[in-house]
Order: sequence, then structure tokens, then C-alpha cells
Amino acid sequence: MAFAPAAPRTPHGRARLIALGRATKPIREASGVARAMFWSGVVITVFFILLALLAPLISPYNFTQYKSDGHRFEQLAHPSSAHLFGTTVQSVDVLSRVIYGTQTELEVVAIALAMSLVVGVPLGLISGYFGGILDRFLVLIMDAIFAFPYLLIAIVIAFVLSTSSIGGGILTAAIAITAAYVPLYFRVVRNHVISVREEPYVDAARALGARPRTVIRKYVFFNVVQNVPPIATLNAADAILLLAALGFLGYGIQPSQGAEWGYDVSRAVTDASSGIWWTGLFPGLAIVLLVTGLTLVGEGLNETINPVLRRRRFGRFEFEPVPGPTEEAE
Amino acid sequence: MTGTSLRTYLITRLALVVPMVLILLTLVFLLLRVAPGNPIQAALGGHVPPAYVHQIEHRLGFDKPLITQYGDYLWNIVRGNLGTTITDNRPLSQIIKQNGAATFELTFFAMLIAIVVGVVVGLIAGRYRDTPVDIAGRLFGVIVYATPPFFLGLMAQLVFGVWLGWLPTSDQASPLTQALLQTHTNIFLVDAIWDGSWGALWDIVKHLILPATTLGLITAGVFIRLTRINVIRTLRDDYIEAARARGIAERRVVFFHAFKNALVPVITVVGLNLAILLGGVVLTETTFNWPGIGHELVIYLENRDYAGVQGIIVVFALVVVAVSILVDFLNAFVDPRIRY
Repeated sequence: MAFAPAAPRTPHGRARLIALGRATKPIREASGVARAMFWSGVVITVFFILLALLAPLISPYNFTQYKSDGHRFEQLAHPSSAHLFGTTVQSVDVLSRVIYGTQTELEVVAIALAMSLVVGVPLGLISGYFGGILDRFLVLIMDAIFAFPYLLIAIVIAFVLSTSSIGGGILTAAIAITAAYVPLYFRVVRNHVISVREEPYVDAARALGARPRTVIRKYVFFNVVQNVPPIATLNAADAILLLAALGFLGYGIQPSQGAEWGYDVSRAVTDASSGIWWTGLFPGLAIVLLVTGLTLVGEGLNETINPVLRRRRFGRFEFEPVPGPTEEAE
Repeated sequence: MTGTSLRTYLITRLALVVPMVLILLTLVFLLLRVAPGNPIQAALGGHVPPAYVHQIEHRLGFDKPLITQYGDYLWNIVRGNLGTTITDNRPLSQIIKQNGAATFELTFFAMLIAIVVGVVVGLIAGRYRDTPVDIAGRLFGVIVYATPPFFLGLMAQLVFGVWLGWLPTSDQASPLTQALLQTHTNIFLVDAIWDGSWGALWDIVKHLILPATTLGLITAGVFIRLTRINVIRTLRDDYIEAARARGIAERRVVFFHAFKNALVPVITVVGLNLAILLGGVVLTETTFNWPGIGHELVIYLENRDYAGVQGIIVVFALVVVAVSILVDFLNAFVDPRIRY
């Protein structure tokens, strides 16, 4: 009875299309403002994804390149037609670093999010479905971690990993971010599973003799997983801030490994005292813009999916939808 | 009646703290002590005679079996002894007293700014939902949230420090003030008022403006979002409709009926946000060279001083737990439903 993801047969495919249509209905029906914010977020995010994919084509230079045609670039050059965003103290083109930085940020955040989901969602499913001592134990640990500032968790883990044999790098940064976010997914999924577990259709499946494995996969998982996209998007925004913070403190990506905006801003602190603004402004703005884009997408999803906040375009009078089991995603 | 149930609630809540603290402390220990590599060697650098390394290992108890170390670690924390740093041999209690005071000064004013900005913008945005005011307020919230404290701080330094020359860009006070100021509480602002030295006070306030505003604005983003959502939700409640139906003026309904209730959940958020704020503290203090605990943590991290890092992380953990209890108590007083 396993759910086969490969080769969808026609009825299955149609059912899924209908399901997709129903899932996006809130977005299509959302009020003008929510839609505008959502779509501007999508535009910004897509822009950065394209920038990351096309970096080698768009970027004028490489992110470590300090000379071309045999002569070295000017140090700390003002933004000009030769270097649109100016150059750093190592003569590296700031624009190129900002463009290549997109690659690093998105790559690390994608890895970190994937790892948090892979760890957090199954743990939450199992913990919520089976309950018992395991559930108590996991909740205690996750709550303790959740209460702690996640920047500090990430810093400590990045610090420990970078002093160990693993060393600093993309994987270290991704693991540090993952550790900070697993409790969030665990909590969201677990709490939802607990309410879904008692639904009649789950009971029915159990009564028919389905094994826990099947019940979780076929009945619980798809209900619970709907909550994840808005959280994951908001989380991606957060993860970029976290990566930048790690980079700023020197526990993120090694400078030779990739361009990273937070690291670049940390290098710009010394420039600022002499009034040099371009080395810090552009990577910083890139962080703000990308995080804003992702936040708008996440909030748009949240607002349209969350019935408490939804407002339909038509009809002055509406009946209050029955509030969901979870208050609202944090 | 109410007294007993409140007391029962408080006692239960306090009892729940013990496992949480124990788990946090265990995680810190596991992370820092079981990590591969020799922490003492790492802290002292490569050119130290092995005998000296052993001597320090012995002093810190690093040569004992792990389980004994764990027991000692917990027992020391229970006794209030958080240890001594390896690199500069400073007791953690001294770090808490001196650097903690600086951090307190910064976080207190940052939180004040965050609450004022967040609640005001959030209330207005929620009240005038889907109007241009709301959109502006929400966008402000999102952008402020999306700005890393170190970037906002850097730009503030550039504009107000370097270009306009109005405000100092680093440290807690000018060297002269620091030398002349008498220490009473270690909180510079309070010390200056204590002695009535208004020149010093002005100097301290000037140093405080940029870091506190930076940290405060960044934290305000979350408040804006939550206040706005709460106002929207409260304005839809039946009792608001009832108040309107009774012909109470809209202004009065909004101010006296809706806002007051919309702000109750914000108390919880203030507490939860302290965790976010403490993360921001580390970054803000580093950006402004503010001599607080977060800045100290970064220095010990750089020097690979495991004892220093562990001590400060434990302090942060205890603060987080203490604040979460405080918030729950406050909530229990404000909202009787929680007690039952």
C-alpha cells in the first residue's frame, strides 16, 4: 500500500492537480495587499535564484580575482563604470563578490533547510504519533534547545566543528544552522500530529488494520506537511541572517571557498571609520533584500493559508472559520 | 481561592524548570567537552611545554574521567561557581558583574525602543488594516527584521559617526569618563546619575544611542508583526462587535476595548524575544565594541578559550530560563485563565 511517487497514473495525476488547485486557492482569493506583498516577494526571490544560477555569466570577475589583463585593480576604488560597486582593500570587485555571494547563501540555506526537514519532520511524526516516554524525552530536549537563542547554538556548533577535524566551510555552516532549526520543525510537526492522530479518518485507517507506518505515511504525513511551506520559507529568510551572522563572526564560509555577504560586511567595519561605504553597503543591502523577499513570500503564504488571518475579496459578511488546532505558526 | 491556585501554578512552573536547566547544561557540556581535540592546547596555542598544559588540565579537572567532570561541572554551577577562563584567568563571576552590567544597560534600552516602536507601529498598522499606512508599517517591520544588526550598526556608524560626526561609534564611554567614573553598580548610566556627574552622563548617553537603537529597531520587527496580528484578531472578536452595537464611539472601542486586550499576548512575546535579542546582543556588541558579555564571548571564541565560552553560554542559558519563568508568572497574574 506504499505511496508510489514514480509514474503517476492518470487518475492520480488529476487528483493531484485538483489538490494543487485547492491548495493555491487561498493565494488566488487573497486580498490585494496580501497578494501584492506575496508576489513582490516571489519576484525578489526568483531574481536572486537567477543571479545565483547565472553568476558565472553575469559577474564581471571572479570573487577572488584582484587583477585582470596583467594589472592589479585599484585598492578601495570608488564605485565607477569600471567597478560598479567599487573594490575592496584587496582590490577585489565588490559587485562580483555580491553576485557570487548569492550562490553561497542559497546553497548553504538549501542544504541546511533540507537537513532540518529530514531530521525534524520524521522525529516530530514519530514522537507525536506514538507518544509515550520517547515523546516526553524528545519534547523536553527540543523545548530546551528551542528556548535558547539560536544564534548562540549555531555559533557554538560552528566553533566546535571548526576547531575539530571537519574545519570551517559550507558543511559546517549548514550543520550549525540545522542544529538551530530542528526543534522548530519538530515542534510544529509534533503538535499537529497530536491533533490529527485523533481524527476519525485516522482512527478508521487504524481500525482497518493499517500498520502505523502506513497510517503515518498515507494519512498523517500529507495533512501535517501543509504547515511546513510557510514555516520553511520564513525559516530560509532567518537562515540567511544566521549564516550572515556566522560569517560576520568568522565562523561561516572560508573566504577562499566562496563569497559570503556577512563576512564581507565584517571586513568593511574597518573601512567605515575612514568613510568608505561601498564595501559594506552592497553586501549588506543584498542580505536585506533577499531576506525581505523570502519573508514576504513566507508571510504571504502564512496569511493566506492561516484561516484566522484570511480575508476574502468578496462578501462583507463572513462566518468566522473554525480556528485551527494550532493557533498560528510562529 | 485564587491565591492558592496561583501559588500551585507557580510551584509547578518552578519545578518544571529543573529538567530544562539540567538538559541545557548537559547539552553545553556535551558540545564543548566531548568535542574532539584538546581544548587546553587549543587555548594556549602550539608553543607551550606539555608540562604546563598538564598543569592547567589538572587545575581545571580536565584529566579526570568524563563522568566525574560532568558531576563536578554541575555541582560547581549549583554552588554558583561558573569557573575561571583559561586565557586570562578571569573568574566568570567577575565577567558577569562587569560585562554583564554593560550588556544589561544595552539590552534594557534596546528593549524599551523595541517595545515602543513595535507596539505603536503594530497598533496603527492593525487598526488601519490594508490601507497604505498598514502596508508601510508592515514593510517597515519586514525590512527592519531583515536587516542584520551588524549591517544597520555599520551604516549608523557611517552616517552619524563618520559623516555627521554627531555620535561616537564604539565603546561604552570615552576613556576620560571611564577613568573618572566611580563604580557603584557597574552600570555606567546609573553610576553617573549616582554621583550627579552630568558631563559623564551625557557622554554615556551619547555612546548608548547608536547601539541601543540598532538592537532595538531590529527587535521591533517581531513586535510589529505580533501586535498587528493581535489587533486584527481582537477587532474581530464578538465583544468588540457588541461594544460597537451599543453605540460606543469607534475611537473608544479601539482604544479601551481592543488595544488593551491585544497587548496581553505581547507580554509573552517580550519574553520570548529576549532569546532573539540575546543573539542580537552578541552581534551589536561586536559591531560597536561594546564591552558586554556577548563581546566577551566572541573574544573567548576567537582565543579558543573553552572555559570562557562554556561559562558565558551557561550564563546565557540561565538568563533565558529565568526570563521564561518571569514571563509565565507575569502572564499568570494578568490572565487568570492560564492558572487553571
